[in-house]
Amino acid sequence: MTIESATASAVTTEAVTATIAEFLKSKTKAACAADTDLFAGGLVSSMFAMQLVVFLEGSYDIAIVGPDLRMDNFRTIGKMTELVLRLKDDSEAAGDPADGI
Amino acid sequence: MAEPTKTVKCLVWDLDNTLWQGVLLEGDDVQLSEETRTLLSTLDARGILQSVCSKNDFADAWERLEKLGVAEYFVHPAIGWGPKSAAVRDIAERLQFAEDTIAFVDDQPAERAEVEFHLPKVRCYAAEQLPELAGLPEFSPAVVTQDSRRRREMYQAGLRRDAERETFAGPDERFLRSLELVATIAPAGDEELLRVEELTLRTSQMNATGVHYSHEMLASLVKDPRHRVLTVTMSDRFGPYGAVGVMLLELHEHVWNLKLLATSCRVVSLGAGTLILNWIADQAARADAHLAADFRRNERNRMMEVAYRFAGYTTDTCDCLGILPPPDPSDVERLHLVPVMHDASSTVRLNAPDLRGMHGQPA
Repeated sequence: MTIESATASAVTTEAVTATIAEFLKSKTKAACAADTDLFAGGLVSSMFAMQLVVFLEGSYDIAIVGPDLRMDNFRTIGKMTELVLRLKDDSEAAGDPADGI
Repeated sequence: MAEPTKTVKCLVWDLDNTLWQGVLLEGDDVQLSEETRTLLSTLDARGILQSVCSKNDFADAWERLEKLGVAEYFVHPAIGWGPKSAAVRDIAERLQFAEDTIAFVDDQPAERAEVEFHLPKVRCYAAEQLPELAGLPEFSPAVVTQDSRRRREMYQAGLRRDAERETFAGPDERFLRSLELVATIAPAGDEELLRVEELTLRTSQMNATGVHYSHEMLASLVKDPRHRVLTVTMSDRFGPYGAVGVMLLELHEHVWNLKLLATSCRVVSLGAGTLILNWIADQAARADAHLAADFRRNERNRMMEVAYRFAGYTTDTCDCLGILPPPDPSDVERLHLVPVMHDASSTVRLNAPDLRGMHGQPA
């Protein structure tokens, strides 16, 4: 059992949702639901969305590039969770060389 | 060609028998000479920050600096009993300055030696050298602008702003609104171009292509009827940020090519990039022109890619791109946008010209 697969097993909808919610709470000092529109409510500025990009990439060892960098993908905690899970799946399907396969 | 002397960005002063004459702890009525007072204000006006590092009781020493009327010159004072090398390192870290941009002046050879031993890149000076300091090349920056003259003031405003942000509970946008931000976009003149040059040289900044445009090149494009060179300055209720961005547009009839967008990293969290991109989109939408933004990823401009993408720019092709000359350098990507009008920013008051009314204007 490698460290990478141990981390991967923790990437579930519930875990990712909780991690993002906690990050948001620490930054905005407000709690929000998985479907709260973060931009419409003015809870986060578009620039803060960039911090989210960096946070997600760092936390889940993914690269969010090109067309995935759409504001819609960051509009709610739920959308971000979907994005993380999809990119995580893609990188595993592609057989990330870091897993030593 | 000899390496140009690296300008000192912060001078750290010892107090006893260096900044002032006498030893505070021995009960001396310490005196500040007129020459030293002049040196403090001269370096300050050149945009060189100053700090103190002294073995003294903090409250007593700081009170004395206030009585002498010079306390305001010093940022991150380190007055205590620890080794001076650790204090100087701490000052550099707080300022986020590299060691080799820090200078230290002390009358005690042992203190200088201790700092030199642990921080070999810090430049150390004896108190006897103070009269010649202002004449040394490392204390004489090549360019001094309005922004350098206000550098310390801007830095102190930044500290107050950060402290407030730290304690602010509530949505991001409400904090930004509480800052009462004002941004001004204006055609670049000579002073503005110098400030932009200074911004590029001194601060960590994000550049959409990594291409550095010299002052001369931008100054020549100011006169070109097809190009627009614009600078962005910002301020809020804590004080000015100074010049924070520059953009270069080449206007064709159906497409505007954004060839350069560079902003200071200090204003990223204020939404400056999005503000600028929204303004350009409004302007282009009114002129019925598409936008083509030059972008080349590097290790420092990631945030800019996100700003472009979030603003709706894509790598989709469009007929309008065909009329543009190929990008230079050739690995520059052209991101495309069919612009639409935006609501005014809810956090920043914007003063900006109408680009269509600026045809071929001299600065």
